[in-house]
Amino acid sequence: MTEIRHETGKDPGASPALPPVDAMILGGDELVDSTISAGLEMKARSQWSYARMRFLRHHLAMAGLVGLVIVFGAGAFAGTVAPYSFDQIDLNHLYAAPTLTANHFFGTDELGRDFFSRTIYGIRTSEEVGLFVAIVSSIFGVLVGAIAGYYRGWIDNALMRLTDLVLTLPALAILLTAAALWGSGSQWRISFILAGFFWTGIARIVRGVFLSLREKEYVEAAKASGAGDFRIMFRHILPNTLGPVIVNATLAVATAILTEAALSFLGFGIKPPTPSLGVLITDGQNNPEKWWLTVLPGLMLVFIVICVNFVGDGLRDALDPTQRRVRA
Amino acid sequence: MLTYIARRVLYSIPVLILSTFLSFAFVSLAGDPRQNLLANPKLSHANYNRLFHTYHLDVSIPVRYWYWLQDAVTHKLGTSLLTSQAIWPDLTRVMGHTVQVIGLAEIVALVLGIAVGIFSAIRQYSVFDYLFTTVSFLGFAMPTFWLALLLQILFVDIYLKWNIRIFYTSGLNNGVASNTWSLDRLQHIALPVMTLAIISFALYSRYMRAAMLDVISTDYVRTARAKGLPERLVIMRHVFRNALIPIVTVAALNLGGLLGGAIVTETVFSIDGMGFYFITKLGQLDVYAVMAYLAITAAIIILFNLIADILYGYLDPRIRYD
Repeated sequence: MTEIRHETGKDPGASPALPPVDAMILGGDELVDSTISAGLEMKARSQWSYARMRFLRHHLAMAGLVGLVIVFGAGAFAGTVAPYSFDQIDLNHLYAAPTLTANHFFGTDELGRDFFSRTIYGIRTSEEVGLFVAIVSSIFGVLVGAIAGYYRGWIDNALMRLTDLVLTLPALAILLTAAALWGSGSQWRISFILAGFFWTGIARIVRGVFLSLREKEYVEAAKASGAGDFRIMFRHILPNTLGPVIVNATLAVATAILTEAALSFLGFGIKPPTPSLGVLITDGQNNPEKWWLTVLPGLMLVFIVICVNFVGDGLRDALDPTQRRVRA
Repeated sequence: MLTYIARRVLYSIPVLILSTFLSFAFVSLAGDPRQNLLANPKLSHANYNRLFHTYHLDVSIPVRYWYWLQDAVTHKLGTSLLTSQAIWPDLTRVMGHTVQVIGLAEIVALVLGIAVGIFSAIRQYSVFDYLFTTVSFLGFAMPTFWLALLLQILFVDIYLKWNIRIFYTSGLNNGVASNTWSLDRLQHIALPVMTLAIISFALYSRYMRAAMLDVISTDYVRTARAKGLPERLVIMRHVFRNALIPIVTVAALNLGGLLGGAIVTETVFSIDGMGFYFITKLGQLDVYAVMAYLAITAAIIILFNLIADILYGYLDPRIRYD
């Protein structure tokens, strides 16, 4: 369809205002290379380049992205960004209040450790947990959802009953139990436990897309030309689920960071000396007069989550225009 | 309708059994109660085996679940392996407190959320609308425990600075513990209620606003306006009542979130409620007490999902049962 339009187009210089309908639905990546040969080069736009344009125009999402790059960047390079190590003790400045002029501008804690540095290292831990959980749960959810949606049958039934059941369980209580029994305060164990609970949402979405697309003509065509199940699932159908999967993975970063913080705060998540934002907030819990110990890491947490949510919203609008979040 | 209700009630029994079995398998796989016994040096091998046998710890998990289930049904969730005390009296006491906190929070959040949702929808894109959109975005991003701590710090600092006691920041009562309503009790539970209400309010106001906007754009609202009905009547009679329907489901599904939030808020404010009970027992690895909490909360969540389903069908005659 695009080819025809390009060959007969009266105005080859103008780019089409909208992507061809079937390219939007089916995610025609192959269209990128189709150019016309009349000396005038015209780039056909893929679904992804339209998504990128929509995303770049989304002001809140861009603001969120900038915020995230700064905060996560600082976390990733905590070793060079932070002025002190997270456990460097300064006995001359116990409980120093935050000041803009002195070198402890987030103040210090009960051991005189620089709270700005601790917050930066805390961001690093939270960031690692968030990204790990998002990636692992997405991969697992995609695999389960793809298999259930493609093969249907008992595995599909089992999966759906399981996700229904998960919805009836008190989520935080179960996570706390798991963290208390298997977490043992380790960052990676906690991440695994969270990932083990976060995959069901993504599996459901992927399953839904697979269920409808497996009946499409192009899947039949692929089958007729001898493609195996594996190739059909991952080469032909999977790219169409990427939009919602990316959106959900992004939002899972925020949920994972918040949940980890809650677990750590309750004493069943990450344990000191590893600083995570939840652990830092706990430090301030019993010192209401030393407000900065609670307020500052919490603000950082809220900032990260708001940024992630904005980026997720922007991605949803860009990648998944049919499933717009209620914002009207 | 009646057959539908009966079927849904019957259906939730296996769901509850499966849900508690999963929790049971999960808890007993990881938290082996034998460790507590083995750690006791005074326990002889014979006694150890006898205890094992009495508490059915020497059988496989499905069999042990069966014993637990019998015990739970006939002996009100049984006794703790750790303290050898009945679980039920403790559980009813803490549930009473949690019901007060969560119930009040839910009422406050629903009333305010619905009111703000209505006005945001009527005055879409007004300053009021943008203000509460921002508030709800903050509410979604705010960790419950952090909000609780902020409120606690605020009121402790007010007390320390000016010696004014507006709300108490820990516990349920001053002096004699009783479970009756009083100004003292309200001063104690105000902050946990506020915490939970703010978080739920963010959710309800957004949903109410979206539901109102949905209904406002329907044909029958246009018809009502075209007939010349005053706008107030259109909104109250035609829009508001229909927009309430989805809120029923949201409110019921949010109960799980509220119970989770109660774990955190009750810990912060040292409220002797279900969440605090659960955290304490989990810290002690008191397996059957943890199990009792999980079973009760699962039952509550399933019950409210059921109520929401039935109410939904009752409120929306377009829903058919077959």
